[in-house]
Amino acid sequence: MSTPNLAARDVTLSVNGARVSVPLGATVAVAVAMAGQACRVSVSGEPRGALCGMGICFECRVSINGKRHCRSCQIVCEPGMEVETDE
Amino acid sequence: MNSKSFDAVIVGAGIVGAACADEFARRGLRVAVVDRDVVGSGATAAGMGHIVAMDDSEAQFALTRYSQRLWQALRPELPPDVEYEQCGTIWVAADEQEMAEVRRKHEYYGRLGVPTTVLDAQVLQRLEPNLREGMTGGLLVPEDAVLYPPCAARFLMERAQKLGAQVQLGASVAQIGQARVRLSDGIEIAGEIIVNATGAWAAELTNGIQIKKRKGHLVITDRYPGFLRHQLVELGYLKSAHSVSNDSVAFNVQPRRTGQILIGSSRQYGAEHKEVDHDILRRMLLRAQEYMPALGPMSAVRTWTGFRAATRDRLPLIGPWPEDKSLFLATGHEGLGITTSLATARILVDGIMGATAEIPIEPYLPSRAGEEHVHA
Amino acid sequence: MNSDSQQRFDVLVIGGGPAGMAAAALAAESGSRVGMVDDNASAGGQIWRRALNGVETVEAARWSERLRSANVTTSFGKRVFDQPETGVLLAEGDDDLCELRYQNLVVATGARERFLPFPGWTLPNVMGAGGLQAMVKSGLPIRGKRVVVAGTGPLLLAVAAYLRKQGAEIRIICEQASWIRLAGFGASLWKHPAKVSQGLQLRKELASVPYATNSWPLAAHGGQRLESVTISRNGKTEVIPCDFLACGFHLVPNVELPLLLGCQISGGYVQVDDLQQTSIKGIFCAGEPTGIGGVELALVEGQIAGLAAAGESKRARSLFGERRKTQHFARLLDRTFRLRPELKDLSSAETIVCRCEDVPCSRLREHKSWRAAKLYTRCGMGPCQGRICGPATQFLFEWNPDSVRPPVLPARVESLASLAKSN
Repeated sequence: MSTPNLAARDVTLSVNGARVSVPLGATVAVAVAMAGQACRVSVSGEPRGALCGMGICFECRVSINGKRHCRSCQIVCEPGMEVETDE
Repeated sequence: MNSKSFDAVIVGAGIVGAACADEFARRGLRVAVVDRDVVGSGATAAGMGHIVAMDDSEAQFALTRYSQRLWQALRPELPPDVEYEQCGTIWVAADEQEMAEVRRKHEYYGRLGVPTTVLDAQVLQRLEPNLREGMTGGLLVPEDAVLYPPCAARFLMERAQKLGAQVQLGASVAQIGQARVRLSDGIEIAGEIIVNATGAWAAELTNGIQIKKRKGHLVITDRYPGFLRHQLVELGYLKSAHSVSNDSVAFNVQPRRTGQILIGSSRQYGAEHKEVDHDILRRMLLRAQEYMPALGPMSAVRTWTGFRAATRDRLPLIGPWPEDKSLFLATGHEGLGITTSLATARILVDGIMGATAEIPIEPYLPSRAGEEHVHA
Repeated sequence: MNSDSQQRFDVLVIGGGPAGMAAAALAAESGSRVGMVDDNASAGGQIWRRALNGVETVEAARWSERLRSANVTTSFGKRVFDQPETGVLLAEGDDDLCELRYQNLVVATGARERFLPFPGWTLPNVMGAGGLQAMVKSGLPIRGKRVVVAGTGPLLLAVAAYLRKQGAEIRIICEQASWIRLAGFGASLWKHPAKVSQGLQLRKELASVPYATNSWPLAAHGGQRLESVTISRNGKTEVIPCDFLACGFHLVPNVELPLLLGCQISGGYVQVDDLQQTSIKGIFCAGEPTGIGGVELALVEGQIAGLAAAGESKRARSLFGERRKTQHFARLLDRTFRLRPELKDLSSAETIVCRCEDVPCSRLREHKSWRAAKLYTRCGMGPCQGRICGPATQFLFEWNPDSVRPPVLPARVESLASLAKSN
């Protein structure tokens, strides 16, 4: 059976300034969830996280290296990435 | 419609039709409105939604400024979804020649009581740091505003309805005139006064009106709060607006209350289809990026098109149509229908009720020189 | 922008799921110059999405290999957003733009989950069923997490089995369809022995997990994230503490691109002829956009479309029989997992329907059309362009979707400014 043997190699990035290590190949949405954060604050102030997981719903938007409105579920983590939630 | 006969039947539920309905109703007339779609769904929905004082001609200035004051008076009553924001306009000068135009405008507006401030390059850069460096300066017109037009039209229409106006939507009109409006399904609505407020389609219902469709494109971005603070217009805008034959584009961006950036503008004659024209869209966005390179990487969520109702002398047609005693026009507002809707309604109804309008109405009369109509 | 590229193909395939892979492989094997573009980081689409810690299924691996050896030019992480002129598509990557020129096109854009609003559905950790599966495959730790799986459709079982294998504790699977419908579905499956064995395998894997028919979520609760779910279980209300709610109401086809291209759509699906050709000559469509039918049908349709687009109609015709068999399954799906009307009443007045613009149900109820709702409330005007709230309002209010304009997905201003820069 497949045991989650994820830590073949980890990637370290920052989410809202905090360091997070994720398995190689993980998406930014996963890093945000592992950091215990929501992805964005909605127009009326609600916390939101990934919904569709496939780049359609735009709920998982975050800023990556200063670029706003990135769909975190479609972007693979890279070492040293700076991710900011609460768009 | 519950009652068969009205004092006034307005064809077209755009912002001009809605403003007319509101004005008629507030003056105690029994009014009906007919539209093939929903309220504010044509050029009203497609436009940028600025409330601006414009000085293309004295008559244009008089109408836009008067209307801007009416909007300012209405402001406390506007619901939040109208998103009225007095963000001000900055006319951006890219060179010394345009800077001379800034000073001319400053003098002109000042003489007519509209406050403006001349900005040098440094102040302009401080006010709008995302403008490309190297602009010569600009003119700030602080009382200019933006709003969300469909909800503004809806507000006016609902206010009219509370005063008894009857609104029939989704009803296409086959024929108007001789004190009646005939719908495509054959039903007739009688009114002593018929108002053609169908914007760019006005000539299809009233033969001989000199109105041409002038297509425009707009793009709106995702939310970038704080990126832009004022409406920005290049001074070359007038060259674009004046070009009567060629397709033209000009840099015009607006901050919306949502933090979205609305990017315009384009003007085309002879384009009758509502599909996005890729070439003009490209030119429009390249122009925008020349002035604001930082727009380039921003996420654009939608593009759309609309049709302005353009007249030959760039002034609207407001008042009686000489060939039919019952028929009045309220159309031809080109790109200024949102701004001038309230004043249009006011002077139209003043004229009909025999009241003295606050500004001279002659420049806008359909019978004016230069707008001589073609006999059908 | 890094680099702009221009490529020309005999056959261009949009979408790298099973239908797109099959189309691209067969067209390339027939000697055509073939390109395949997908928004995701690798081929496989949603159904064959490969987990970081997992291996491809035998069938997925077989098609991947075929795609490789057939010399298909693949391009991932690219969103097709416009057709500036006939035969030219524009696709945007995270920092580049490509212009793709084609003789024939195969649209294989797949499907997305249908989401229905209910109180609390906007809380973090309420996800699509396929959505949570995709997140777990992308590295989200799920071991020991309590998960409620709810909604409708065959995806629920597959997702529950997958998550369980990854160590999740599946609290319950709520299927809105009645057991009578499901029994009818099961009984009709004798024509599809592969589906029966898949189904039996799934049920075996989920033997200890409660599977409730006639059941659906009523509300999700929590502060900053999900803490529990209230479900209606066969008429009774139950509160279940959980960490995740994986909730999807079957699938809706992605028809935005075919709409932009002018392809005829009927009943929500792209209309195609025997050879999978749409109403536009030279544009073919395969897989879920022509009808939700699952992976087997997608593969056959993809092969037919790929062959036809490569000018091999005769060979394409030899696959018609196989397609006919799998089409039966598609019709069964539609019948079995039709949404029950009670689901229209899940939203309260305050429940947000449009998640981009936060438009609550109460503000939508007063409008008569999608167009009016969009104009006055901004419903559907956010970056998802109505992909989530559109199907929801179609079910809730029977509103029909609008026409489609470029860009069919948000695109950078500079990309729109580069439209059709050359001829």
